[in-house]
Amino acid sequence: MDLESAKVIGAGLAAIGTGAAAIGVGIVFGSFLQSALRNPAAADSQQGRLFIGFAAAELLGLIAFAVAMIILYAI
Amino acid sequence: MVAASKIDPMHQFLIEPLGPRLQLGGFDISFTTSSLWMVLTLVILWVFMLGGMKRELVPGRWQVAVEGFTGFIRNMVDANIGPEGRKFTPYIFSLFMFILVANFLGLMPIGIVPGLHPFTATSHFSITGVLAIMSFSIVLIVGFWRHGLKFFSLFVPHGTPMVMVPLIAAIEFISFMVRPFSLGLRLFVAMIAGHILMEVFGSFIVSGFNGGPMGWGIGLISFLFIVGVAALELLVCAIQAYVFALLTSLYLNDAINLH
Repeated sequence: MDLESAKVIGAGLAAIGTGAAAIGVGIVFGSFLQSALRNPAAADSQQGRLFIGFAAAELLGLIAFAVAMIILYAI
Repeated sequence: MVAASKIDPMHQFLIEPLGPRLQLGGFDISFTTSSLWMVLTLVILWVFMLGGMKRELVPGRWQVAVEGFTGFIRNMVDANIGPEGRKFTPYIFSLFMFILVANFLGLMPIGIVPGLHPFTATSHFSITGVLAIMSFSIVLIVGFWRHGLKFFSLFVPHGTPMVMVPLIAAIEFISFMVRPFSLGLRLFVAMIAGHILMEVFGSFIVSGFNGGPMGWGIGLISFLFIVGVAALELLVCAIQAYVFALLTSLYLNDAINLH
């Protein structure tokens, strides 16, 4: 296999990480909604934590994207 | 690249000098597209704030809009840092508004006018990295100013068993030092990813409608998709600005109150 095809395959594999981050973001918002509907009074005070969890889950997916871009354009 | 030579989604992030190239001590300091859009951001912010700072007793629409933003940031700082954080509200507010306006400016459909292209200043690590380093140095300065060497107790949470202290301290130290990097990386990669997605599907529309009746369907689907993606991108712009301001205030909270 030449380098060009290996690069494209590697970038495609790195894109799997974005899907994993999608699962993570879904879990964050899903669990927040679940608990918010059980205790709506406490939901507003936890929104900051919701976005911290979202930011952490999203960052890992964005790193996968950055890896794909590095493989495609920087190597 | 094989595929990139046709679509080339990275071209939109190219920084070009407007006017003469200026050199200073080996650095290129010419006025670039990036500088132009940051100046535009500042001008828009300035006009927006000036129009709303009339301090009328019965606020008009404009003043309500400005007070909505300031109140939003003040509430966030109060909830995360407490009364001590009031003096950092201006910094966090400027950070939030600059990132928000710069993100939105990059999404404006200015490309309709031939020859003009929107540019997202926040899609470059040199911009977001500097913003992140600014936040990080404020955290360091405030932390050492208020607590002196006691600031290092940040790396050892309360109630850690003595055996675990070296391990926990190492982990906390790494997670502390990674903060400016992850702060800047999140914003710039989120912007780049969205713009690449829109560029790729935008070119699908063009090449789809050029490709005969079979392509028209693909072009139409791409068009509907890109409308949804554009709406999502507007949401991402706001969320990324919010997350940047929120994390900055959380890090400041660590420096002010320790934990």
